[in-house]
Amino acid sequence: MVIFDNLPLYFEAFLQTLSLLLLTTLFALPLGTVIAAMRISPIGSLRATATVYTEILRNTPLVLVFIFCFVVLPILGVVLPFMFSAVLALTLYTAPFFAEAIRSGINGVPVGQAEAARSVGMTFGQTVTLVVLPQAIRSVIPPIINVMIALTKNTSIAGGFFIFELFNSGRRLVNDNGDQVIAVLVGVAIFYLLITIPLGQLADYLERRVVIKR
Amino acid sequence: MKLRKILVGTAAVAVAVALSACGAPGSATSGGSTSTAAAGAGPYDLPVVESPSFEAGTTMAKLAEAGTMKIGTKFDQPLFGLRGLDGKPVGFDAAIGSLVASKLGIPFDKIEWTETVSANREPFLQSGQVDAVIATYTINDKRKQVVDFAGPYFVAGQSVLVLEGNTEITGPQDLSGKPVCSVEGSTPAANIVEKYGAVLQPTDVYSKCLDPLKNGQVVAMTTDNVILSGFVDQNPGVFKLVGDTFTEEPYGIGLTKDDTAMRTFVNETLQAAFDDGTWARLFEQTAGTVLPVPTPPTINQY
Repeated sequence: MVIFDNLPLYFEAFLQTLSLLLLTTLFALPLGTVIAAMRISPIGSLRATATVYTEILRNTPLVLVFIFCFVVLPILGVVLPFMFSAVLALTLYTAPFFAEAIRSGINGVPVGQAEAARSVGMTFGQTVTLVVLPQAIRSVIPPIINVMIALTKNTSIAGGFFIFELFNSGRRLVNDNGDQVIAVLVGVAIFYLLITIPLGQLADYLERRVVIKR
Repeated sequence: MKLRKILVGTAAVAVAVALSACGAPGSATSGGSTSTAAAGAGPYDLPVVESPSFEAGTTMAKLAEAGTMKIGTKFDQPLFGLRGLDGKPVGFDAAIGSLVASKLGIPFDKIEWTETVSANREPFLQSGQVDAVIATYTINDKRKQVVDFAGPYFVAGQSVLVLEGNTEITGPQDLSGKPVCSVEGSTPAANIVEKYGAVLQPTDVYSKCLDPLKNGQVVAMTTDNVILSGFVDQNPGVFKLVGDTFTEEPYGIGLTKDDTAMRTFVNETLQAAFDDGTWARLFEQTAGTVLPVPTPPTINQY
């Protein structure tokens, strides 16, 4: 059975996919939070910057962002290691999705909360970090995990850009095992599901906890 | 000035479209002669056999009866199968496909071309979505377990491409531990890792390897010499091939498993084309614009 014969290769690729997911989340989630805060901030230029960034990146195909990081940046003289470029591209692309998920949560917090915080003398920064975000974060956990599931699948784009991740392991094994193509691809799917199904379960679990707390 | 160039170009295209629209309904491209079957037709100028006869029940009889066949090829492989603006692939693989079809009485414009990439060649043949796969398809034993191969009709070999000024790398033996770009899921990519210990930087199409090679992010790229030669030709003075070819990649025509009659027919067609010079002419017209014309390979009738 081709899947069991090639477990080490699948596993190597699986780890690469997983590290793309984790590294990207590590950078994109804080960046998304900052962008979300910028979009609700009272300062017009920050709002405008964040809006333009979100709309451009969110509405551009991920492949284009990859091409920008892997082809355009080197032409401009910025030559980065492949893994760095891949995480950069995924972060730039995913951060607006995180930002929108967080912003929707923030919008779900009654505006009286922020007004009350400001009226007792808290600054905008204090209002966001101490009053609004802690309430918003509960309702944004499910959509954030949705974004992570999408991100998991999006990492396959890196397979076209010099990173040996799950999708590439499938292509390598297909070539070596022309007689078992379907089994190889089912194997790839299983490894993706190993990441995405637990994430979905986690979302369900956290969602239930949030409901109880209210 | 630029606007004028665009205008002239547009006008030229318009004229070409107008001219081709005037052509006889059977002529496939503007390059082909008008379709009198005997003089040859289609872009490869191959005479289409008029109402060929085959033993009833064979694949050949069915295809000849249908008057059309489905051929899987690559759409992104310069010199072999590269899809042109008219949606038809251009190259040596496409020429060989037309050759086989012409012997079945099927003209070039009746061939249905389907894109086959490395991952779908066997499944497409097994499920009958294509009648044949001619797609720089290396014959090997594992593939033979699920599909049959006619040919080979060409033998390529793996080679290494480096920057013109590179003197350190003289062949695959110098690539151990070094970053090398190739297409994941190709036989040459597996080779360079397993036999020469290179660190593969995988991508999905060969042309993507060129920028990292120019930037020094990889020291070399590797695949079949025929593909690399295309890049050397497109970028004069930038790249060079080093060392001799170090593998043999016999390109075969993938056919449905255990269809011996069809395989024999395709092999005979190829052998006849080797013998009467058609094969060399087709090669000259396609890949031969860059590569020297080799001697035809020996058919492996297993």
